[in-house]
Amino acid sequence: MKKVKVFITLKESVLDPQGQAVKESLHNMDYKNVNDVRIGKYIELEIEDSANLHQQIEELCDKMLANTVIENYRYEVLEEVQS
Amino acid sequence: MKAAVIVFPGSNCDQDMFYAIKEGLGEEVEYVWHTETSLDGFDAVLIPGGFSYGDYLRSGAIARFANIMPAVIQAAKEGKPVLGVCNGFQILLEAGLLPGAMLRNRDLKFICETVPLKVVNPNTQFTSEYKQDEIIQIPIAHGEGNYYCNEETLAELKANNQIVFTYDSQNPNGSLADIAGIVNKEGNVLGMMPHPERAADLVLGNDDGLKLFQSILKHWRDYHAAYTS
Amino acid sequence: MPLTHLEPSPEQIEQDKVYRKMGLSEKEYENVKNILGRRPNYTETGLFSVMWSEHCSYKTSKPVLKTFPTKGKQVLQGPGEGAGIVDIGDGQAVAFKIESHNHPSAVEPYQGAATGVGGIIRDVFSMGARPIAMLNSLRFGDPSIPRVKYLFEQIVAGIAGYGNCIGIPTVGGEIAFDPCYNENPLVNAMCVGLINHEDIQVGQARGLGNTVMYVGATTGRDGIHGATFASEELTEDAERSAVQVGDPFMEKLLLEACLELIKHDALVGIQDMGAAGLVSSSSEMASKAGMGIHMNLDDIPQRETNMTPYEMMLSESQERMLIVVKKGREDEITAIFEKWGLHAVTVGEVIEEKVLRLEHKGEIVAEVPVDALAEDAPVYHMPSEEPAKYRENQSMAPWKPQVENIEETLTQLVSMPTIASKEWVYRQYDHMVQTNTVVAPGSDAAVVRIRGTRKALAMTTDCNAKYLSLDPLVGGQIAVSEAARNIVCSGGLPLAITDCLNFGNPEKPEVFWEIEQAAKGMSDACLSLNTPVISGNVSLYNETNKHAIDPTPVVGMVGLIKDIDHVTTSEFKQAGDAIYVIGKADGSFGGSAIQLLQEGNAFGKAPALDLAIEEQRQAQLLEAIQSGYVQSAHDLSDGGLGVALAESVFGTGLGAEVELANDLAIELFSETQSRFLVSVTKENREAFEAIVNDAIFLGHVTDKQSIQFSSKNDVVTVNPVELEKAWKGALTCFMKTEN
Repeated sequence: MKKVKVFITLKESVLDPQGQAVKESLHNMDYKNVNDVRIGKYIELEIEDSANLHQQIEELCDKMLANTVIENYRYEVLEEVQS
Repeated sequence: MKAAVIVFPGSNCDQDMFYAIKEGLGEEVEYVWHTETSLDGFDAVLIPGGFSYGDYLRSGAIARFANIMPAVIQAAKEGKPVLGVCNGFQILLEAGLLPGAMLRNRDLKFICETVPLKVVNPNTQFTSEYKQDEIIQIPIAHGEGNYYCNEETLAELKANNQIVFTYDSQNPNGSLADIAGIVNKEGNVLGMMPHPERAADLVLGNDDGLKLFQSILKHWRDYHAAYTS
Repeated sequence: MPLTHLEPSPEQIEQDKVYRKMGLSEKEYENVKNILGRRPNYTETGLFSVMWSEHCSYKTSKPVLKTFPTKGKQVLQGPGEGAGIVDIGDGQAVAFKIESHNHPSAVEPYQGAATGVGGIIRDVFSMGARPIAMLNSLRFGDPSIPRVKYLFEQIVAGIAGYGNCIGIPTVGGEIAFDPCYNENPLVNAMCVGLINHEDIQVGQARGLGNTVMYVGATTGRDGIHGATFASEELTEDAERSAVQVGDPFMEKLLLEACLELIKHDALVGIQDMGAAGLVSSSSEMASKAGMGIHMNLDDIPQRETNMTPYEMMLSESQERMLIVVKKGREDEITAIFEKWGLHAVTVGEVIEEKVLRLEHKGEIVAEVPVDALAEDAPVYHMPSEEPAKYRENQSMAPWKPQVENIEETLTQLVSMPTIASKEWVYRQYDHMVQTNTVVAPGSDAAVVRIRGTRKALAMTTDCNAKYLSLDPLVGGQIAVSEAARNIVCSGGLPLAITDCLNFGNPEKPEVFWEIEQAAKGMSDACLSLNTPVISGNVSLYNETNKHAIDPTPVVGMVGLIKDIDHVTTSEFKQAGDAIYVIGKADGSFGGSAIQLLQEGNAFGKAPALDLAIEEQRQAQLLEAIQSGYVQSAHDLSDGGLGVALAESVFGTGLGAEVELANDLAIELFSETQSRFLVSVTKENREAFEAIVNDAIFLGHVTDKQSIQFSSKNDVVTVNPVELEKAWKGALTCFMKTEN
């Protein structure tokens, strides 16, 4: 069993109103040195190891977890986890 | 004409769509549960609004994998009218039947109000009863209706006259090019954020949306007249 | 290995007074010992502590609640079940209830409000009714305080998030702002459902050997002791663990599945697992049926590992129901839930002995008489004492406003957050889904049609707590009367009320006096207007650092509009129509909006109310509406005639010219009770005047964009466009200002 961490973010070209709102608030709290905030999703999967693990992860990200019209994703495969 | 209203877990405008066809239009209509696999015998497919699968992950992202979706895609390929309203539009986008994607509303809030729409393309099977540039009042109710696509797609939408409705005067959600509704290239799949089924009964004070359903019916009748003669 | 070995033993519980921490008094603990004939173990102590909390047992408010009139020929189900039910003819009925979620919302506003909405919806569909509308009543502090603004924004978002997703329109409500709610926001949610008489369900565990099933979401450790939490004052380090997270998607599935279940003859009883979760649903259902329940806790669907019986029984995880079904028919029930992707699990059976017996890992971990939990909570008759503040207010000389500039004062009044347009709020609520909303938020009452009939329902929530702060008796009468005025103005006959009694700490004699007086006033009005109390909820201990809120008994009312053609709204319809006010202004300013505006607080006597006059005017106005003589009707409330006139003009592009008998400031801003602003076509004037005795002709609706008030020595013209801008923009402006 592998643990997979998937990070999904809006593409750079896509406006992130949530991120903008948080940035504004941070500025109002006087954290003026925060230049940008982008908000994304973090998803954890526990997945049976297989030879084409990477291919499978990419497939399920492309198909379902991310919408590649507006989102990018990256993932990390962690060592064995106890089921 | 016999229409199908697709019901997913979490759909909540299914009844509204049902009554718009049954009472507003006076035509036959049935609910089709998401686990079904066939839409044989239906002349039109309506995907209602709501929060299918709680809109968890992304609006429409889970619904597009429902058992009924291959049949919806098949119906679209056969040229049958497929209408997706609100969450239905989001599902059509996720399913790739229409180009683009939805973002959260510009001001991050859910908005429910009646807004003016401009009919930019009255030459579709969904809008033939409207006039060019007619302004109609249709309710919106969504938190993620901020339509987005890349520049090439937008250019293509414009070139093919695929933009059907735009927000008039004020854009409520920040959508690209004020887009409120688009059709596919073939013109038989319409996705729109505003709810025509909520404007199909004068008791509620507005029936501007009824013409959309009447257009579908007219197209179906014309087609059948041609087919049977 | 269960973790119960970490729990204190019965001896330790007694010795270390562990029960005190759970909310039981020494006397109550002794009482429990007597009932059981032994010391309760940890789980049992927990069962008693939540079931005997104020939230579940109403132990301090019961003597007051008993005084409410609850009977009437329209009443099919009074207080005591998930929701009350009234008849609306043709075999149809309407079920409704209002409930508070104040404490959770103060701690975690989004989820607190969302789960409040979820809870009241379950109460209604557990009766077998399909929820058709939501309303709410909200109170916030001074909106210029950043924390208040945050609470306001999050609570509204939470209500919207839950209601919009589940697809029940939020059609109405009311919101007021006052510094007394700075730390204690009030979130009262009301749900209205439609039901056929034959489908009415009750939460009873009847039939020896029948099966007890659990449906819906899994049980986690969230919300343990939520009921106790709601029965205490908020302290600095309020219990964070009491916060639950709502899942409206799960509830939508549960709702549809349960409404299918209702039609099934294998169903015996059904009840929501609300406050005090499994304990209250199981013990109440058993107690009502005169039976007992044996439950095996190993079978409870659990979200977390190693949960103890105590944790499972007291968890307030959301979106769960307990049902009792005929033995041997479990598979049919399971199939209904499977269709909706839900699991129905057998967790116990109905037994003859009237006890709640809990089994866990092969051992009996608790055995308690069900009546002791559900029925025999102690009842306290709290001492009550008239506060000095009340005497003072009663003896004050009447206050009169100083008005230099009518237009300026009117602009300030319509910009007060309590009076200003609430569009910023209701724009976030889906108020149209289900396509039955005839009158949307913003009018006096919301109107929802009943599909397939000519009938419609008018519904509203109301309470002017400022009047109650001066005189809870009269204020209580006014709260009910004003709700009824809203219904009548919409063309409906008031049927019944549900109430949510929001007060401070009842252990203070002055607070208890307020509760008694308010309830007395409400009862008077309910009797006079024939609107019995059919359901309700009590929220006490709304205090922070010893500051109690104003007494705020919120009234939720539903009325029947016999014919959709009777539906009437508050805005003027056409130029040339005659404008009438029903009832004379008498210069009542105690607790008025203009007093708050000019003095910053309320004092003096609350406006007087004559219930006989109230009843007569309402009956006459309704008759005039039903006869088709009335173009628009609006009750006079906060801000008086001036504000009502302005609101009737807003959005219409019309104007008004009115002539008033006395001093303009008194005529326009006094909050004399039992008054209405009505417009009538020229042709119907005579017929209208023949029905409505106290109608005073004021002038006409005009097509000019101006409102002109004249009296013997004054003519004032106000620009309604500017006024509307101020009214519409006030809340948005508050919410946009950065802190």
